[in-house]
Amino acid sequence: MRDLLITNARLLDPASGLDGPGALLVRGGVVAELGPGLVAPEGAETLDAGGACLAPGLVDLRANLGEPGAEHRETIASAALAAAAGGITTLCVLPDTDPALDDPALLSFVIRRGEATGSVALLPYGAATAGCAGKELAELGLLREAGAIAFTDGARAIGSARMMRIALSYARAFGAFVVQHPEEPSLAGGGAATEGELATRLGLPGIPPAAEAMMVARDVALARLTGGHVHFAHLSTGAALDLVRAAKAEGLRVTCDTAPPYFDLNETAIGDYRTYAKLSPPLRTEADRQAVVAALADGTIDAIASDHQPRDADDKRLPFAQAEAGGAGLATLLGVTLARVHGGDLSMLAALALLTCRPAALLGLPVGRLAVGAPADLVLFHAERGWKVEAGKLPGKAQNSPFDGRALEGRVLGTWKAGRRVFGA
Amino acid sequence: MSHPSKHLLAIEGLEPPHIADLLDLAESYALLNRSGKTQRDLLKGRTLINLFFEDSTRTRTSFELAGKRLGADVINMSVSTSSVNKGETLLDTASTLNAMQCDLLVIRHAQSGAPALLSQKVDAAVINAGDGTHEHPTQALLDALTIRRHKGRLEGLIVAICGDIAHSRVARSNIHLLGTMGARVRIVGPPTLIPADAARLGVEVFTDMRAGLKDADVVMMLRLQRERMAAGGLVPSAREFFRFYGLDAEKLALAKPDSIVMHPGPMNRGVEIDSAIADHPTRSVIGEQVEMGVACRMAVLDILARRLPRNR
Repeated sequence: MRDLLITNARLLDPASGLDGPGALLVRGGVVAELGPGLVAPEGAETLDAGGACLAPGLVDLRANLGEPGAEHRETIASAALAAAAGGITTLCVLPDTDPALDDPALLSFVIRRGEATGSVALLPYGAATAGCAGKELAELGLLREAGAIAFTDGARAIGSARMMRIALSYARAFGAFVVQHPEEPSLAGGGAATEGELATRLGLPGIPPAAEAMMVARDVALARLTGGHVHFAHLSTGAALDLVRAAKAEGLRVTCDTAPPYFDLNETAIGDYRTYAKLSPPLRTEADRQAVVAALADGTIDAIASDHQPRDADDKRLPFAQAEAGGAGLATLLGVTLARVHGGDLSMLAALALLTCRPAALLGLPVGRLAVGAPADLVLFHAERGWKVEAGKLPGKAQNSPFDGRALEGRVLGTWKAGRRVFGA
Repeated sequence: MSHPSKHLLAIEGLEPPHIADLLDLAESYALLNRSGKTQRDLLKGRTLINLFFEDSTRTRTSFELAGKRLGADVINMSVSTSSVNKGETLLDTASTLNAMQCDLLVIRHAQSGAPALLSQKVDAAVINAGDGTHEHPTQALLDALTIRRHKGRLEGLIVAICGDIAHSRVARSNIHLLGTMGARVRIVGPPTLIPADAARLGVEVFTDMRAGLKDADVVMMLRLQRERMAAGGLVPSAREFFRFYGLDAEKLALAKPDSIVMHPGPMNRGVEIDSAIADHPTRSVIGEQVEMGVACRMAVLDILARRLPRNR
């Protein structure tokens, strides 16, 4: 592979705080040099970035893919296309597939399928419990050896306090955290939208926002009890974020992420029974959306994940309560996050940190930064160039974007995985 | 003021003149029906399909009668719930209906929003005959017409809607209609059967039925589904419900002496209403509600038919 010099770029490395003009030299799949005034070595390919932003490739902390078991929704290959188009070079995938990733052989299968894409590092979570059914502990040690980055039951909350205690406690031995879908199932079961005025008007069964906070409160107590590390997925309410803020101040091993819908949309997006905006957790009130934005800004939230949940038309063209929850998120992860930069809520570096070095640090990965010797996982994007999200025209198979029709500023121009261009001309 | 939409999916969103137009027209149909001169050629050549995904004798028959009195060809399609475990059937049905060149489609479905979804896919004018726990617009119209005939107005009246508000589409449509027309709406029931943030719908919420009935002009009882009292249900037992939230003579005495009692049917006698009240010769207007149901549905069919293309 020839050396590649990307010149005339705005170099953005949130890990070091770098934000300045310069060039970056890729050699042998890693970053060889970066900074202002670099000269192209002989024989190197050069690319004039035209002043666009060059940042570490995005580390997506959580996506659900259809493979294995629901390939009609998305395959690993189709998700890899969408990820590359979205600037994502590391993709952490959930284990609640069919079958669930609760066996080392299944995990190895997914890893191999990921390697075959050549465009994205696919890192699977292991199931926390057998079949992600919440009843018996999965073989966490063997799964960890096979490459599990952490453990979770994916979209299914670990409902039993005893089961969660065991998982948190046992996972410590293997240096892994447990990701919880924070929703008390006995309170949220059967619900389709956030309980409140809108759900009452639409006649939809409600999920009280407290279902999230009480699960967070319970698991914070279990983290305190076990010394284990709990990570809360897609937090969406101010009450839950307050609990995480307090747990962090106490010094507990508690981390969390959120996803773009929860800081960009509120519950009104489901008006007129728009099933593309049916998500789990459900979209919340405007006050909760603002609380999520505040928690992004003050550092309480450790990462922004795409929360990609592919659904096909048959899953969504149903009466609202019967439609499947979940939104496609890979292609819009960067653009929707940048909207908070343009809106003045986050600095460019803080926003990128939530998409790169902070999730990488959580997972102990050497990616997510522009540094000499680091893998040349890169995304080149134009921060102001506009585009419109259109379901039906998104990369990959899944078209169920809750942002359908949304105008975004921030367009990915190119993506490189270990120095190889995987997206953009 | 002409009706604002091709369909009638909900009361919410209608403005006072739209509702007044429908009620005035329904009133004239009520008089016509009583005179016996009801058959007209208004919907001659039009096809009305009653598409019921939930059992309902009363509402389906009422729409059938309304359509026939206006000269439409009326077809009843009952879709057994067992074959509709998934809603794909709903959109499959839509393409079938388009092929049949249906003009007016009356739909009842257990899922909130199902008529709205169907309205996006069919050519016909869609009339919501009850969807899940969302709305039941023609029920609210017939209730309002019944009230207006007895009280001469809606504005300023105190209307107490009692019972299982949370799961009632009748309650929601009535809250929207009566509130829009200037009535003071109260909802009365145990906290477990009051929907979240109900007060934001512009009503006063009462968990004490005696307080809720005080000085009411209209007492509207709702049906309590048996499953709400099953194990793990929202109320402990039928007898406890009747004790605190059932309408009997003693509680009704707190309402205005000339107040009327309504029920959308079918009634659970001895659960939400005492038989003596349900059958009361002067206070109960439950029979008249059924009569007004036909008139209101004629008015709705008439108004929506005006927006249909003349020839298909």
